[in-house]
Amino acid sequence: MNNTNDEILLQELAEQEYKYGFTTDIEMDIAKKGLSEDMVRFISAKKNEPEWLLEWRLKALRYFHQMELPTWQNFRHPNIDFQDISYYAAPRKKPQVNNLDEVDPELLSTFAKLGIPLDEQKILAGVVAVDAVFDSVSVKTTFREKLKEVGVIFCSFGEAVQEHPDLVKKYLGSVVPQTDNVYAALNAAVFSDGSFVYIPKGVNCPMELSTYFRINAENTGQFERTLIIADDGAYVSYLEGCTAPMRDENQLHAAVVELVALENAEIKYSTVQNWYPGDKNGVGGIFNFVTKRGICKGNNSKISWTQVETGSAITWKYPSVILKGDHSVGEFYSVALTRNYQMADTGTKMIHLGKNTRSRIISKGISAGFSHNSYRGQVKISPGADHARNFTQCDSLLIGDRCGAHTFPYIETRNNSALLEHEATTSKIGEDQIFYLNQRGINSEKAVGLIINGYAKEVLNQLPMEFAVEAQKLLAISLEGSVG
Amino acid sequence: MLSIRNLQASIEDKQILRGLNLEVGAGEVHAIMGPNGSGKSTLGNVLAGRESYNVTGGSVTFDGKDLLSLSPEDRAREGLFLAFQYPVEIPGVSNINFLKTAVNEIRAYKGFSPMEAKDFLNMVKEKQGLVEFDAKLANRSLNEGFSGGEKKRNEIFQLAMLQPKLSILDETDSGLDIDALRIVANGVNQLRSKENAFILITHYQRLLEYIVPDFVHVLYKGRIVRSGTKELALELEEKGYDWLKETVDAEAEKAI
Repeated sequence: MNNTNDEILLQELAEQEYKYGFTTDIEMDIAKKGLSEDMVRFISAKKNEPEWLLEWRLKALRYFHQMELPTWQNFRHPNIDFQDISYYAAPRKKPQVNNLDEVDPELLSTFAKLGIPLDEQKILAGVVAVDAVFDSVSVKTTFREKLKEVGVIFCSFGEAVQEHPDLVKKYLGSVVPQTDNVYAALNAAVFSDGSFVYIPKGVNCPMELSTYFRINAENTGQFERTLIIADDGAYVSYLEGCTAPMRDENQLHAAVVELVALENAEIKYSTVQNWYPGDKNGVGGIFNFVTKRGICKGNNSKISWTQVETGSAITWKYPSVILKGDHSVGEFYSVALTRNYQMADTGTKMIHLGKNTRSRIISKGISAGFSHNSYRGQVKISPGADHARNFTQCDSLLIGDRCGAHTFPYIETRNNSALLEHEATTSKIGEDQIFYLNQRGINSEKAVGLIINGYAKEVLNQLPMEFAVEAQKLLAISLEGSVG
Repeated sequence: MLSIRNLQASIEDKQILRGLNLEVGAGEVHAIMGPNGSGKSTLGNVLAGRESYNVTGGSVTFDGKDLLSLSPEDRAREGLFLAFQYPVEIPGVSNINFLKTAVNEIRAYKGFSPMEAKDFLNMVKEKQGLVEFDAKLANRSLNEGFSGGEKKRNEIFQLAMLQPKLSILDETDSGLDIDALRIVANGVNQLRSKENAFILITHYQRLLEYIVPDFVHVLYKGRIVRSGTKELALELEEKGYDWLKETVDAEAEKAI
């Protein structure tokens, strides 16, 4: 074979490893580094927030200072100097959300490069509304007028605080309190923006809602907050995507997502997480320390989490459901792919409180290179949760012999009528499978992509169609160079 | 089309092929028979480029190209097809999606654009009929939960879809009942043409009643020890492999 050609090909593959690694040259307002009461006051003032919210933030900051970093996770907690992070960065030209022409063209081209069409006509023939968050602020929310007609509120968190303070006050922190954990406390203190969704009673949200998060500035952290409320009988499907430039230093992303489903309501939340994972030697990358939790507050409500996790140096999150309403349903579908020196410790918690509550957990881990991939899940049945049911399946797939897959399932049941099932498998991609595909003209990289997508199919099938295709490509691209 | 000269190959330091010669021309069907352990399956795997086999000597030319220097996928793209003795299962990957990928990879290698979805589906329909392959199986995961016979039929269906120049059928008849054997053989017979060639690797003469070969070769201890026509297969069937072993071993002793 032609060696030079091979070398060029390999080099190209290595260089295009993370195709979202560019930075955008744009005028930014970046706060000086450091975490303090003054910084919290600065952010709150920038956002023109009411007094109660400032107090709420300050309370969170006090908790943060009292809390210690956890030690139970299955990776070594990196040293993070919280004083060496800037907690606020915003494009200087404040875009007006009503007119696309007023958005900085550099910013628009950034989102275009990411494949996110902000031009409303182009947005997937009108089936998706987008909120784009660039560093600390939301720059553009599309389709607001159309959504308004049916009473759906979809806006940046900052706007929600101004325009719907009662809703924000009622639900903010109701699922993930400021004291929940150290990173939730940090987020509560310094969060700068995020998305807010309210679906009124009986409304079936007419389109997919989605938010794209982009970290651009150096030495900044991203701390966004998402709050979604589905009122009685409402339905919404929501998707978030995330990317960041390639940088040698690690950047912290500590988000909080809260979901509230009232009676007969359903929320479907999908994530395609593709933060910069660091280079092949494990240098750089995002620390993705996120708290995501939903509550099925009303009877017959349903919350479904689907996540495709391919990015970040360290992913640490457990999208969970509190099943409070009787007959409520919680679901968690996850594909987590790690390679090189990536670490993932992810899973879910299903807390059964109501009667006849059901939960389903499908977790598919894929580890390659020197990476470690852990599933950690908790299923808790409380005394009042008569006839609760859970089905858990966690599968691990290993590529190569230097990576690790770990499972930590915790089950706690205090009700004898509960029915719990747990299945787990560990497998390797077989050489004979790859050779079979080779023999049909498919090269090894593509063969692994096919096998991985087959393995993850159960989860990918849960994604909205447009994004399932993206996720499939992402899984295949992320594995380039992992074979052989 | 295919020219094998003095091919030697080993697996885990055990020498299997010890100087094999074979010429296959376009339009020809060759049967390779032999007792267990004679190197029949090794030949198929070496030609297809399986990594665990080491070629220790000799050469193979395929359509003027040095076959042994090509990667397994490029051999397939050049038109070499191996119908596996034990087809693997790949959970979650639909048969159709897999075939579409394979067809388009081969097309891309030849400089053609991907096939239109409509043309592809028409081709699937046509070829399914050829090997009486159940349309439901085509939409299921690749070989997952298929019976032995269904897997073998899927191999022939893939063969029909990929239209290779040279097809090597590695004991495709093993584990098939008479009906399935007839269907598989029918499929192969319809696919025979002046442009393509087949190598049938088989232990039994039975398959050759349905697919009549132009040449029959007997492989023993890694070498072709007898070549002939269909009659050779019948003779073998009648007298058994032990007869062959004895005569060949005796000849070898005489030669020393």
